[in-house]
Amino acid sequence: MLSIKNLHASIEGTPILRGINLEVKAGEVHAIMGPNGSGKSTLASVLAGREEYEVTEGEVFFKGKDLLELAPEDRAREGVFLAFQYPVEIPGVSSTNFLRTAVNQVREYRGLEALDAVKFLTMMKEKMKLVEIDQKLLSRSLNEGFSGGEKKRNEIFQMAMLEPTLSILDETDSGLDIDALRIVSNGVNQLKSKDNATIVVTHYQRLLDYIVPDFVHVLYKGRIVKSGTKDLALELEEKGYDWIKEAIDSEATV
Amino acid sequence: MSKDNQILEEFTSKEYEHGWSVNYEADEAPIGLNEDIIKWISTKKEEPLWLLEWRLKAFKTWKTMTEPSWANVKYPKVDLQSLRYYSAPKQSNKPKSLDEVDPELLQIYERLGINLNEQKKLQGIAVDAVLDSVSVGTTFKATLSKLGIVFCSFSEAVKEHPDLVKKYLGSVVPMTDNYYAALNSAVFSDGSFCYIPKGVRCPMELSTYFRINAANTGQFERTLIVAEDEAYVSYLEGCTAPQRDENQLHAAVVEIYAAKNAEVKYSTVQNWFPGDKNGKGGIYNFVTKRGICAGDYSKISWTQVETGSAVTWKYPSCILKGDNSIGEFYSVAVTNNYQQADTGTKMIHIGKNTKSRIVSKGISAGKSQNSYRGQVQVMKRADNARNFSQCDSLLMGDRCGAHTFPYIDINNSSAKVEHEATTSKIGEDQLFYCNQRGISTEDAVALIVNGYAKEVLNQLPMEFAVEAQKLLALTLEGSVG
Repeated sequence: MLSIKNLHASIEGTPILRGINLEVKAGEVHAIMGPNGSGKSTLASVLAGREEYEVTEGEVFFKGKDLLELAPEDRAREGVFLAFQYPVEIPGVSSTNFLRTAVNQVREYRGLEALDAVKFLTMMKEKMKLVEIDQKLLSRSLNEGFSGGEKKRNEIFQMAMLEPTLSILDETDSGLDIDALRIVSNGVNQLKSKDNATIVVTHYQRLLDYIVPDFVHVLYKGRIVKSGTKDLALELEEKGYDWIKEAIDSEATV
Repeated sequence: MSKDNQILEEFTSKEYEHGWSVNYEADEAPIGLNEDIIKWISTKKEEPLWLLEWRLKAFKTWKTMTEPSWANVKYPKVDLQSLRYYSAPKQSNKPKSLDEVDPELLQIYERLGINLNEQKKLQGIAVDAVLDSVSVGTTFKATLSKLGIVFCSFSEAVKEHPDLVKKYLGSVVPMTDNYYAALNSAVFSDGSFCYIPKGVRCPMELSTYFRINAANTGQFERTLIVAEDEAYVSYLEGCTAPQRDENQLHAAVVEIYAAKNAEVKYSTVQNWFPGDKNGKGGIYNFVTKRGICAGDYSKISWTQVETGSAVTWKYPSCILKGDNSIGEFYSVAVTNNYQQADTGTKMIHIGKNTKSRIVSKGISAGKSQNSYRGQVQVMKRADNARNFSQCDSLLMGDRCGAHTFPYIDINNSSAKVEHEATTSKIGEDQLFYCNQRGISTEDAVALIVNGYAKEVLNQLPMEFAVEAQKLLALTLEGSVG
């Protein structure tokens, strides 16, 4: 589904990603871990098409299409969803109105009819249960005055509504208490299917107790330096990142 | 160059939609401005002597006045002697009803989406259509007159209801009020007149649609709305003009009189030609709008959506004379390219327990300048006056300007006046967030801008609100790549 080959990206001339290789197949959950500043969020942003990052080398194919050639909105319409680390506030625009615009533009791109108000609300009601989100929250201005937990829950709710094939969760666990973490993870797990894939970007192992990955990759200095199963995450939790850093850094000096 | 800037480079792709004009055979005054022209207009309109004298007096005063220069706008001086002060479509017989109006003229309005055919029209809105210097027709006159409501062109009111016109004309905006109001008093050609008798709630929206068609012609219309005790009316005003290379002058006067317990809601969607993307052409919109809450418990509410004009200079105001009267001003002003707007309001608290509320939302893009100028004045005997002002500015790009000039003048210590102001930018973050959900950048801008202006748009009558939302989106179309 997603094939990343030798991806290099920089911001304002500073290289952040230095040759990422990653294959993600339908039905899989991949966790990207790594110390602060290793390039985890950059990878998420580059895949979603954030323009301040410049891709300097490499290629990304998504369902056979050159992802890097697509505008951010077209990537979304193709089925790439990014759950933001810091969801943005849009005053005066209700979540409902925002989502209806989004859902219908995505549907239009996919050659489907726009949903009328009734169908849309029915769909909303159904998906709301997934993340135990309150309808009152959805009639308020998007993310404005939402608590950290509400914002993240709203992200997963949007994910449920847009039915992406590839979901990238960027530090979705940050700022969540244990209950919110459980609710959010629960939502993500319910949305999992054999046809879609999830990339979980996280600093801590904690989230992976709830969203169990098939593969864990450690990102350091812009490269995937170690890959493994969920046991790798547990090892990291126990030993920290230093042993990996040391191994890589000593290699580099040789 | 950041994305924001690139976005704005592409800001100007949308052409002005109502930029067309038609050729009609016109009845025109000679070019220039002098006493003879004023007499010519007055004669043309078969006006009574008192009105001609009123005009001439205004003209005399105007000659002693100078153009105001305090507004935060820059434009070359208008050569008032090179303008034409009257231009009207030639009609062989004066039409007595809409059925007799030249179909070609009706077509102009149809093309603008204003159907003057009562059968085909949406129920609930009566329209007075003003083309250049004259009113070409007013709908639903008969329906309204059964309730004692007078809704007609100003010229007709002068003939049919001279006492009312004489009583209220210039009572809210005196002929000597300011340079442009004085000029308007001298040369005004038509406009709408509306009178709601005591105790009547006007059952439909009344509206005037102003269209400038002729070149080198100024439009100087006057609107007078009188609501007697316990009366209610909601009034709408819309405007467009052809795309021309020369700047055109529009200097209108609107007066509102609200008696005891009366309520007048006045809404404007102003979409005069704003000039092209290089700042060529466009309307100079120098307008004086003022209402007086003369009676106790009366209320006047102004709502404006300003998207057009090259230069706007406009401060719809309320004089809160009656005790417990209320004044409101809700405004969205959008400027793009080289547009300049200096707009706001004045709330003059005279009566006791008077309240005013100001919500101003400026949106600046391109190389435009957008200023809010507002005055809150509390007079000595206005005990317990309350004012709340909120002035927000939204910037798109880094070459436009947003300015706020609040003036507060309090002469009574029991007054409570609050002022809030914010400035924000449509951020890359917001746009990217929308994009990431599959929303195109253009729709994202429309969504964000309409969200920002929501509090004001909510004040507009339903049909107008939809129209205004589209207009906002259209004005900003192409603003982002």
